[in-house]
Amino acid sequence: MSARPRVSVVVFPGSNCDTDAAHAVEAAIGASAKLVWHGDHDLGDPDLVVLPGGFSYGDYLRSGALARFSPVMDEVRAFAASGGAVLGICNGFQVLCEAGLLPGALLRNAGLRFVCRDVHVRVETIRTPFTAELTKGDVLRMPIAHGEGNYELEVPELEDLLDHEQVVFRYVRPDGTRGEGANPNGSRDDIAGVCNRARNVVGLMPHPERAAEELLGSADGAKLFRSFAASLLVAR
Amino acid sequence: MKIQVTVTPKSGVLDPQGKAIAGALGRLGFEGVADVRAGKVFRVDVAASSTAEARAVAAAMAEKLLANPVIEEYEVEVLG
Repeated sequence: MSARPRVSVVVFPGSNCDTDAAHAVEAAIGASAKLVWHGDHDLGDPDLVVLPGGFSYGDYLRSGALARFSPVMDEVRAFAASGGAVLGICNGFQVLCEAGLLPGALLRNAGLRFVCRDVHVRVETIRTPFTAELTKGDVLRMPIAHGEGNYELEVPELEDLLDHEQVVFRYVRPDGTRGEGANPNGSRDDIAGVCNRARNVVGLMPHPERAAEELLGSADGAKLFRSFAASLLVAR
Repeated sequence: MKIQVTVTPKSGVLDPQGKAIAGALGRLGFEGVADVRAGKVFRVDVAASSTAEARAVAAAMAEKLLANPVIEEYEVEVLG
């Protein structure tokens, strides 16, 4: 008797992973996905809101800096405040940081280059809807494609983040160890994804929706969506 | 009234652009470049009746949008 999860994917001007995200949740968990234009005020009663990758507002000023003023962001904020699950992928992660829904900021990659390749990330906490069905230490392979993914947070806030187990993913080598060659962008503490204190808002730089089917070279990304679907059933 | 807001990476925050520019300056023969911080300058024309008001408006703009306080700091100048 499980109803199909309802997923709303927000489309900003310049988003370019919106239909990929909608397709991925449909394929991975049989979700009913809809695209919501950034100028709308109605999210459509979703179980999950996805802020997709892309270049909202052309990345003008700073990545994600202008998207946070989109009308729909008021609804996203209210949805998140009421405990609703929000997933920000790549540019969506940048938007969530700029909007203050997640701590930290994303700087230009340390190597200055736009990096587009597969990376390995390690699950650092299972206390989020997107990792609840995984095991701490699991290694997932997903692609990144960004010029500004260098996660930065000042030391007091970083300690706070660590104390509250808010690091969700870290860049690692294929064998799951941290070190040389693992971190593609200079992110502080190898951080690839974080959650808020309430744990319902998660942002990450890698693209799970681009690695959600074997045909794409990796289906590891689907694990995040399946995890979400399972946590939804528990919540219901 | 014209105001200028200069936004730069906070000290302590890695500035990959500044670092690359410093490296390039060194290769061009500019010796003794210890550090470069790359930022942004915004010149804004606002309606304000006093310098103090213009300054306050500029600071509010910087706090709310022009700078990201997590990684950047700003300076305000009234150009007149």
